[in-house]
Amino acid sequence: MTTDARETVRTLTLGGAINAGLRAALERDPKVVLMGEDIGQLGGVFRVTDGLWKDFGDHRVIDTPLAESGIVGTAIGMAMRGYRPVVEIQFDGFIFPAFNQITTQLAKLHYRTQGRISVPVVIRVPFAGGIGAVEHHSESIEALFAHTAGLRIVSPATPQDAFDLIQQAIFSPDPVLYLEPKARYWDKGEVDTARLATQLDAVNGASAATAEMSSARIAKPGTDVTLLAYGPAVRVALQSAQIAESEDVSVEVVDLRSISPFDMDTVMASVNKTGRVVVVHEAPTAFGVGGELAARISEKAFFHLNAPVLRVGGFHTPYPGSKFEHDYLPSVDRILDAVDRVMAH
Amino acid sequence: MAGIGPLSEEGLIRLLDHHGNRVPDATYDQYVAHLTMDDLRSYWRDMTLTRAFDMESTSLQRQGELGLWVPAIGQEAAQIGSARATRDPDHIFPSYREHGVLFVKGVDLPQTMGMWRGMEHSSWDPTAHGVHTYTLVIGAHSLHAVGYAQALNWDGLVGSGDPDRDGAVVCYVGDGATSQGDVNEALIFSAVNDAPVVFFIQNNQFAISEPTTRQSKVPLAQRAQGVGIPGVRVDGNDVVAVHAVTRWALEHARSGNGPVVVEALTYRMGAHTTSDDPTRYRAAADEQYWQDRDPIARLDAFLRTAGELPADFEEQVREEGKELARRTREAVKGWQRGPVLSMFDNVYAEPHPLVDEERAWFARYESSFADTEVTS
Repeated sequence: MTTDARETVRTLTLGGAINAGLRAALERDPKVVLMGEDIGQLGGVFRVTDGLWKDFGDHRVIDTPLAESGIVGTAIGMAMRGYRPVVEIQFDGFIFPAFNQITTQLAKLHYRTQGRISVPVVIRVPFAGGIGAVEHHSESIEALFAHTAGLRIVSPATPQDAFDLIQQAIFSPDPVLYLEPKARYWDKGEVDTARLATQLDAVNGASAATAEMSSARIAKPGTDVTLLAYGPAVRVALQSAQIAESEDVSVEVVDLRSISPFDMDTVMASVNKTGRVVVVHEAPTAFGVGGELAARISEKAFFHLNAPVLRVGGFHTPYPGSKFEHDYLPSVDRILDAVDRVMAH
Repeated sequence: MAGIGPLSEEGLIRLLDHHGNRVPDATYDQYVAHLTMDDLRSYWRDMTLTRAFDMESTSLQRQGELGLWVPAIGQEAAQIGSARATRDPDHIFPSYREHGVLFVKGVDLPQTMGMWRGMEHSSWDPTAHGVHTYTLVIGAHSLHAVGYAQALNWDGLVGSGDPDRDGAVVCYVGDGATSQGDVNEALIFSAVNDAPVVFFIQNNQFAISEPTTRQSKVPLAQRAQGVGIPGVRVDGNDVVAVHAVTRWALEHARSGNGPVVVEALTYRMGAHTTSDDPTRYRAAADEQYWQDRDPIARLDAFLRTAGELPADFEEQVREEGKELARRTREAVKGWQRGPVLSMFDNVYAEPHPLVDEERAWFARYESSFADTEVTS
């Protein structure tokens, strides 16, 4: 396929990029179906599926009964017949009725059947906070699922990654939780819409897509401190890095993109260079992804570290009322405080 | 069904009474009119062989060869009668006690024992026999059945009128499972999508120790009314009636008329599993009552009265049963686990660096012992 690259670069919001990625997947493969609550005529509560029902019809873009376990469980059965269901869980805090289907069935069927059955189901979840919402609408759920083998978990931070990762998730043979940073839905950026089609068209495209989906990205290079972040935390990490630069501290920001697996090679290359690490995520730090990263980094690079690995994230409380969330969430000030503390060593 | 409890035998569809006498039924006779004595003898054979396998498996567990066994004794008519109504295009989602269903669908029973011996979590290819793996989380598979059936609709494999093409899904659940949210969601999702599913409830009267009265105030088939689909109760120890009702239900589903609930009232004559002790929660008199309604004895009586169970046939099936038991014993005792590193296989379909790293570390660790040879 020869396409002029200039015509395929568009400026999209992050939510718009997911929409474009879903549209591209629906066009690529008739076995791709979208399911969820209010995703049809309404276009989803965040309008991420806007226009898809109109263009692809009832059989490809399906409004389901209001039952999350049913949505995920029926998607598993469809995947057994060769479909690639992409389901939307309306909000992070509503995924728990489906927890059993996701952890005991979706994650384990490939293992249970010795690889005879693949279940390429994608679960899209608008997640994390920062939008002034009521209870159960702002939660960071990644650690609860990352602990379960068999699932892949990704979270885009840019429109380009939103566009690419959703398609890579759909065409990966493994089940994927695709966590959408809902507070970033309206962030704009340039999206190359041609590159991924070339990847997916190639022989072993699904393998290449899965591998790339699992790789981290250097969002900003630096030499003194490594900030590890993903999803909604990447933007605040980049803001912090910029301010630190003005104080002559060179900060490298690694956007993990994939939480399970995380790209240890890219992480370690950065850690070996800087010797100082701060992990930033919205989820509570206790028992979380940051703790896992810190443990693995200290196991592999103890003598390269100039300072303990620090974590900046949510507290061991339920997500608070929205008037408290800007104190609860990792802020530029709290990140810079952690940068100062690792630089003090 | 109004006003009767979940264990009532009132109003059950029945074509053979418990003495083996044929009872006419204006609605369902037509669904078994085609059955010959050869067919009925083959049902007797399926039930007898399934039980022989089952008894041997309990013995193997008692001898320490299996971690656990889940007997299906008493439920042979429900399982054989329903499975014999399925055809190749149909797909079955069993619970975890459907050994008779596996047998009918051509799964080699001795080769299913890996999961009970702790070798792996499932031992047959679900795509080869049209029977999905057993599912141990109660009712979780009911939603998979519905999704699978929705996909049959999308693929144009329902309601075409071509018997070689049209298919449906049979989902086996127990009485306890009907209390699960997933099963209730499955009823709703299937109903609103006209998914071709037959929910086949084996009401064996117990969820481990809890009687069906702990799960329901009403007959379980009545759950169908709430979602607007047909629900039928059948005598689950009458293989002929079970076959008739399931045939009707499958034809209904395959024709594009949507899902059906069939409740087969039966009795779990054995324990829930080999770890269970039913003497703690049920009376000997009840067990005797159901012993007298043994599903195999019922068909046996019918065939003998008709002079249709010749001694040489019976002898041949008994020998087949011994051979099946012998092969089961041999398969179980000979089943060695694969290489230790195979426990890392198939976690994902595509490479996952964390799994790969742990596998590599464990291989090095194992290799560090001089007398251990590790193969991947």
